[in-house]
Amino acid sequence: MKRFFRNKNFTCGFILSTLVVGVAAASLIWTPYDGNKMNARDRLQGPSWTHPLGTDQYGRDSLSRVMTGAMNSIIVGLVTVAIGLTIGVALGLASAYYGRFLDEAIMRFSDLLFGFPAVLTAILITSILGPSMVNAMLAIGIFYIPVFARLTRAVAGVVWEKEFIAAARVSGISEWSITWRHVVPNILSPLIIQGTIQFAVAILAEAGLSYLGLGTQPPHASWGRMLNEAQTFMSASPWLAIFPGLAIAWAVLGINLLGDGLRDTLDPRMVRIR
Amino acid sequence: MPEAPLLHLTDVVKHFPLGGGVFTKPTAWVKAVCGVSFTVQRGESFGLVGESGCGKTTIGRMILRLIEPSGGRIEFDGQDMAALSRKDLGRLRRRMQTIFQDPYSSLDPRMPVEQIITEPLRTGPRPPRAERRETAKALLDKVGLREADLDKYPHEFSGGQRQRIGIARALCVRPELIVADEPVSALDVSIQAQIINLLADLREEFRLSYVFISHDLSVVEHICSRIAVMYLGSIVELAPTESFSRAPRHPYTSALLSAVPLPDPHRKTGRFAMEGDVPSPIDPPAGCAFHPRCRYAFGRCRVEKPVLAPATPAHSVACWLNDGRGQCETERNGHRAPAKAEAPD
Repeated sequence: MKRFFRNKNFTCGFILSTLVVGVAAASLIWTPYDGNKMNARDRLQGPSWTHPLGTDQYGRDSLSRVMTGAMNSIIVGLVTVAIGLTIGVALGLASAYYGRFLDEAIMRFSDLLFGFPAVLTAILITSILGPSMVNAMLAIGIFYIPVFARLTRAVAGVVWEKEFIAAARVSGISEWSITWRHVVPNILSPLIIQGTIQFAVAILAEAGLSYLGLGTQPPHASWGRMLNEAQTFMSASPWLAIFPGLAIAWAVLGINLLGDGLRDTLDPRMVRIR
Repeated sequence: MPEAPLLHLTDVVKHFPLGGGVFTKPTAWVKAVCGVSFTVQRGESFGLVGESGCGKTTIGRMILRLIEPSGGRIEFDGQDMAALSRKDLGRLRRRMQTIFQDPYSSLDPRMPVEQIITEPLRTGPRPPRAERRETAKALLDKVGLREADLDKYPHEFSGGQRQRIGIARALCVRPELIVADEPVSALDVSIQAQIINLLADLREEFRLSYVFISHDLSVVEHICSRIAVMYLGSIVELAPTESFSRAPRHPYTSALLSAVPLPDPHRKTGRFAMEGDVPSPIDPPAGCAFHPRCRYAFGRCRVEKPVLAPATPAHSVACWLNDGRGQCETERNGHRAPAKAEAPD
């Protein structure tokens, strides 16, 4: 554990991410106001002592909404990446290993998913399954599968050709444990990086879907939804967009730094050089 | 019953498909190995020499069962490897190991040395951790590395040291046969000598047999007792090392030998440089595969493929010269061949 914190990226990323998670967790127990409660008298107020981040067009407290939104956004990011990563990596590994027909089938399926614009695919899926945050996550997660499948196939294909794989085979190790012991650790770096990128993209994608009424349902808050609602009041009340935007930037920066640090500390070549 | 030879190859063939996808047939076949037979006795070092692309690596990989032969039989200790069950094959595999050419690609960059060299122990009953570390320590000592190196990662070592780690891994399960595929070609000349000497010492100590694959005749001569020369997928000459350099019988071998650099600039060699390139193994020439580049080629060479036949009891050659006995003394000194069945056209 100590060796992780010797890495500056990891430490910074860890602190930033922990703060976001902390805020999200705190929102479950306490927020300054009820984030969903409207108050027509206090609408569109700037930051003040009573409402540190101001209020929106319905007089809802922005700070409370950013806090509850943190939970939603983190869940969206984690769940979508988890779906894409597990299924995508499994498919990519199978594709790289078996080749031939299975490879062809998986890759053409990826092409098919890629052939549609992301939002369109998500709209399609959510309109079939019905609009809700869970279905929005499912839609984004499904769209992530080919992203990870392709990446995994490409890098795993290279690793399988290495001579240390042949050496492991000569040793009589099963193909399954070769995959776990040799292939997966060697493709981890690009996967971690891709995962952190997709995490950030998911938060924004959820915003897009929410905007179309397919994601988080009103009156509940997510950062993306808050950004979209703030658009209308951009010139009069810019803080409505600035604070959820900053929150997204914060979380994305945190997760990216965390990913970079993780990649470097997990790579034995980087640790000792420093 | 006499003891079966350690390794016995009979008419081994390997063709690789070229092109072709899921729905299309291969457009051509690369005939990488076409009918190779040889025997390796216990404790023997058998050298396999030839240019790049002659199929020597493919043979090594087939022996190790990394690729399946397209035809022929490979017997290890009297057992046909193709007929073995998965479990028996696994057991057999512990008796043969390999050393690779590229010391950079052959070690997993994400594994510490201890894990790399004890990896073969993961099959079968696994000894406890402390014992594995003991084994790893002893192996590192054998190949001339230190105990402190156990917890390092491959990138912390030089090429020669990495090759030593690879050798330690090969020795881990106490194999009887080691297939060494160009184990020194990627190393500096000074390091090459160290590694070759190490391999020779280890053969004594562990009673190993080697199949030593190399394109460098001088290296193979140093460590092997018998040498087979390959050209375009076939063995063209097979002989004990002494009679080899002294009296090569195949014109291709003479050419290879004359290409070995000598430290004496004044020494005159009947230099026989080959012309042209190796023909494509997709569409090998008819008759003797070497005939387009052979200065002794005559009519029969273009039509009929010579088979590997004994010219003397220990020395086999696949050449039509002198009724299938290859070159004799006079020709070897660089003079023109006097005795030929037909004049060259």
